[in-house]
Amino acid sequence: MEDAGVQPAEIEAFYLGNFAGPSFVGQNHLAPYVASGLGISGVPATRFEAACASSGSAFFHAVSAVAAGLYDLVLIGGVEKMTSQPTPKVTEILAAAGDVSGEVRAGATFPALFAMIARRHMYQYGTTREMLAAVAVKNHANGAKNPLAHMRKVITMEQALNGKPISEPLTVYDCSLVSDGAAAVVIAPLDRAAEFTKRPARVRGIAQASDFLALDEKDDITTFRAVQCAAGKAYKMAGVQAADLQFAEVHDCFTIAEIVAIEDLGFVKKGQGGPYSLEGRTCLNGELPVNTSGGLKSKGHPVGATGVGQICDLVQQLRGEAGERQVRNHSLGVAQNLGGSGATCVVSVLEAA
Amino acid sequence: MGKLRGTVYTETVVFSPPEAYVNDVPYQLAIIELENGKKTTARVMGERVSIGDRVALAETHDDVQYFQKLQE
Repeated sequence: MEDAGVQPAEIEAFYLGNFAGPSFVGQNHLAPYVASGLGISGVPATRFEAACASSGSAFFHAVSAVAAGLYDLVLIGGVEKMTSQPTPKVTEILAAAGDVSGEVRAGATFPALFAMIARRHMYQYGTTREMLAAVAVKNHANGAKNPLAHMRKVITMEQALNGKPISEPLTVYDCSLVSDGAAAVVIAPLDRAAEFTKRPARVRGIAQASDFLALDEKDDITTFRAVQCAAGKAYKMAGVQAADLQFAEVHDCFTIAEIVAIEDLGFVKKGQGGPYSLEGRTCLNGELPVNTSGGLKSKGHPVGATGVGQICDLVQQLRGEAGERQVRNHSLGVAQNLGGSGATCVVSVLEAA
Repeated sequence: MGKLRGTVYTETVVFSPPEAYVNDVPYQLAIIELENGKKTTARVMGERVSIGDRVALAETHDDVQYFQKLQE
C-alpha cells in the first residue's frame, strides 16, 4: 500500500490467500483478522484456500471482481506461518492438500507424491538426477542474490546430488523450504493505475483451473492438466504464445515440479524439461530465465503466500527493479502457481504497462 | 497371495514421514495399475519393487492395502 501510495480507507475489498492457518497456528477467520490489523475495516475481507495456490486463487478472483467493475481498489494478500510446528506435523498438515482418505492414508506425503512423479518422468523420458539437481543449483544461485530470499545460499551440483534422502529419488535439495512469509499487491483498473504508480504492471491474461486431488486418478502423472488448461486460457486472453513470454516464475515446490511446469506451460516439448534445465537455458542469462527470485526452493515456500509472492517477483522484473537478478528482456512474464499435486493451478501473464 | 493383482506404475521410498507414520520409515509407497485399468496408491511390503514389476495384494489393514512382488 505504501508503494502504491494507498491509504487503508481507500481499499474496497481484501482477498487473502492462506492454506492452513487453523492447523499451523490455531487461528481461523483470518481475512478480517489481518484486514483489521492493517487498518482496513468495513469492507469484504475473505480468505481463499486452494492449498499452495491459495493466494494465486485470491489474486484470480480479485482480478475478476475488478474486471467485472465491482471494485476499483483491492488489496490481495497471502500469508503462512509454518515454522512453529515440528517437521512431521508440518508434513501431515501439508498432506491434507492431497486425497486424505486414499493416497494420504496409505502414507503419501507431498515429497512422496512428487517423488513418484519424478520416478515416472525418469522412466518415460529419461530424466536424470543431474537434471533435477540443476534446477536446485540454479534456483539457489538466484536466491542468493535476492535480499528477500529465505535461504541465500549457493549450492554445488555435488551437494545437490548427495543430499539427505526425503522420498527417493528426491533429497532435501529437491524440496522447497518450510517458511514463514507474506506478500501483498494492490490492483486497480488500468485507467486508474497512473494515480498510484509510474510503472504499473498490467494483468494481460489470467486463468484458474482444477483437476482430481489424487495422483492415482490422473491418466498420466508426468503432466498437470490443470496447468495446461490454465495456461491455454491465460495465453488466449493475453493474445500470446508461450514463445512470446520472456521470463517465468513457476511453482518449484520440488525440482521435478519446475521441469514439469516448463513443459506444461509450453516452453519445451513434453519430456524435454530436464535436458533444457541441465543445459542452463533457464538461468538468469539463459534464453528463458525461470524463477529469478530463487523460486520456492530458495526464496521459500510459505504456501499461502506463494501465489502473490510470484506476482510481486514478476512486477519487480517488469519494472526493472530486480538488481543483479534483472533479466535483459523484461516486458512480458508469466507466473504459474500450483495447488496440491495439480488439483488447482493459476496462470497469470503480466506485462509492463 | 490375493487375487488383486497389478503392475507398479510408479514408486518411492519415504524417509520423512507424516506424524501418523513416524515409526514406519523407511517405507515404500507405490501407485499400482490394477488389471481393470484403475490405479490405487498402496504400501509395498517385503522386497522393494520398481516400475513395471508385477505385484499382488498381500494384506489390508486400517484401510491401507499392502502389495507384494510376484515371483514369476
